[in-house]
Amino acid sequence: MGQKLVIDPVTRIEGHGKVTIQLDDNNQVVDAKLHVVEFRGFEKFIQGHPYWEAPMLLQRICGICFVSHHLCGAKALDDMVGVGYSKGVNMLPAPEKIRRLGHYAQQLQSHVTAYYYLIVPEMLFGMDAPPEQRNVLGLVEANPELVKRVVELRKWGQEAIKTVLGKRMHGINSIPGGVNKNISIAERDRLLNGEDGLLSMDKVIEYAKEGLEIFYDFHEKNRHQVDTFADVPALNMSLVDENGNVDYYHGNIRITDDDKNIITEMDYHDYLDYFSEATEEWSYMKFPFLKSLGRDAGSVRVGPLARVNVTKSYGTDTPLAKEALERFHDYTKGKANNMTLHTNWARAIEILHSAELIKNLLNDPDLQKENLILTHSKADWTGEGVGVVEAPRGTLLHHYKANQEGNITFCNLVVATTQNNTVMNRTVRSVAEEYLGGNDIITEGMMNAIEVGIRAYDPCLSCATHATGNMPLDVSIYDAKGKLFANKRR
Amino acid sequence: MKTEITLDGKKIQAQIGKPLIDVASDHGVYIPSLCYMRGKPCLGTCRVCSVRVNGHVMASCTVPVYEGMEVEVDAPDLVDMRKALVEFLFVEGNHNCPSCEKSGRCELQAVGYETGMMVSRFPYRFPVRTRDHASKYIWLERDRCIFCQRCVEFIRDEETGQKIFSIDKRSTHSSIEIDVKLADKMTPKQVKRAADICPVGCIIDKDLGFNKPIGERKYEIKSIKERILKGKTNE
Repeated sequence: MGQKLVIDPVTRIEGHGKVTIQLDDNNQVVDAKLHVVEFRGFEKFIQGHPYWEAPMLLQRICGICFVSHHLCGAKALDDMVGVGYSKGVNMLPAPEKIRRLGHYAQQLQSHVTAYYYLIVPEMLFGMDAPPEQRNVLGLVEANPELVKRVVELRKWGQEAIKTVLGKRMHGINSIPGGVNKNISIAERDRLLNGEDGLLSMDKVIEYAKEGLEIFYDFHEKNRHQVDTFADVPALNMSLVDENGNVDYYHGNIRITDDDKNIITEMDYHDYLDYFSEATEEWSYMKFPFLKSLGRDAGSVRVGPLARVNVTKSYGTDTPLAKEALERFHDYTKGKANNMTLHTNWARAIEILHSAELIKNLLNDPDLQKENLILTHSKADWTGEGVGVVEAPRGTLLHHYKANQEGNITFCNLVVATTQNNTVMNRTVRSVAEEYLGGNDIITEGMMNAIEVGIRAYDPCLSCATHATGNMPLDVSIYDAKGKLFANKRR
Repeated sequence: MKTEITLDGKKIQAQIGKPLIDVASDHGVYIPSLCYMRGKPCLGTCRVCSVRVNGHVMASCTVPVYEGMEVEVDAPDLVDMRKALVEFLFVEGNHNCPSCEKSGRCELQAVGYETGMMVSRFPYRFPVRTRDHASKYIWLERDRCIFCQRCVEFIRDEETGQKIFSIDKRSTHSSIEIDVKLADKMTPKQVKRAADICPVGCIIDKDLGFNKPIGERKYEIKSIKERILKGKTNE
């Protein structure tokens, strides 16, 4: 008799989701879905608010990547008041660099959180390890020195965010046309040199390098598993600079295929000309795709793996990350890397890349400049803006419209996890087929493999559905007659 | 002329006829208020400055000093009553500090901190109030209005002396209104003044949000209590 498996909730991700897997009479997988079962409605309740509140209110959608939402909103407001990229106006150097500093600091701490707290436990203990071991407390027991360093790394990232935005979480810095504060020399020196209880910048880079070594070691010992686990195809998408390399703050959106050929490159203000979204009754999360290629072929992957696939090279000013990226690229010999667990490799590279970018910025005297805002007048008002940044989880887009009085009338948020919806579902299906299909007995470790696949994307379902609550996930397995066969819920 | 009164058990000399709230402040006793502005006529609308005078609870901004006064400010029941009054103001409107640009400059928020309010003991009313963005320079965010009437009394048309703001209807249906024609004649200085004296984020200067960084906002630099006691002003 066929079965239906349920994992509910999926754990160690941000938000609330569940997985259902449909088996046939031979226990082969016939269907597997990641359901996102929460809804929040930020796009609706921002309407009617003054436009300048949008980056402040909408960043509350997330407790992890709030800086990305804040900056996305700020870029949209730059457009709206008439001093944004939509009018070809470039931001002043100082505010742009200050925004970037906050952004990279958030990427550092967000990636460190995902990598060490959510992902490394399986890397060290294995997918089959008992649940009570494969978590951060298990890490504390097994390697307290490593966890101490992780806490220090996260703290440094949070302190850097606080320096820029005033608070460790949900701070305020970017306002239409610029920022409201620069970085003092004392603040800069504190981050560069550290103090009692705060790492120095060089130590941050050293620890970031160690994170990469953890992946190399894990890969060396588990090469077959890491390379074959959920090798799923998808186009790769990232913001890129004029050289075709990732720019986390601004650029064109570039989409590349398996051979790294450019499929499409667009000004993100034109995103509606290129993208459409499909919906399914079984999930609150939409399925974006390229109109020109259709839903299946036109779905994209975003986030660390996509960015390192799109990027040709990092700059010479980030030599350690550049070298790490070259090793990554060499591994697939010029082809795009579709191996889901290599997302964690990419994430570790980006931790190092962020750290080096931050160091360069901290040594830039523009951070102390006083000219922080592009002035604008009523005549510049456009009433519409689009902002895009590369958030830790991938390409994030905010689009607002406001009337002449400054009242927001429209809001559209397309977040990274939403872009990854199709490829995450492909991953779930791939892992289900490989780990569950054909087995008479379903073990906890097999079910956990599904979660490992999802976790590689570090999905933020709260952002993606603009939804409320913590992030448990449910995996269900149903038989051929639709009867619940197994369920896992936390 | 001065007289002797008792303030929390301590005998002090005070000017007869002077508002009790000012006398307390002059003697280092902070009494929170959200409508009273030193040097301006008393409004008596918020009641947050309630104290006990000769056994009767009354708003200290409304009471002039007289001979034989025995005033209690820090009795536990009065401290809790003032806190409850602040809680009332929070539940009566829709106050969302995290996204409000007045955060850090907001008297209601500052007084909430001073009275030790962590959460309201009363259920939230979630009233449905509309915003008014029709005037050129002012955004009226009615969700945040606490009906202190400072704007009604102290912001007037410079030519005619007419009121620019008014309260319409009564009780829970009350609504702060703005005369758009007069508001559009306001000078930038007057607009700033209106936004500044609003104790919450109800009167907002259009197009100027979040310009002060966190850590440098009014009540982050100096608390409202310090301002009242040392600076002798809540402006």
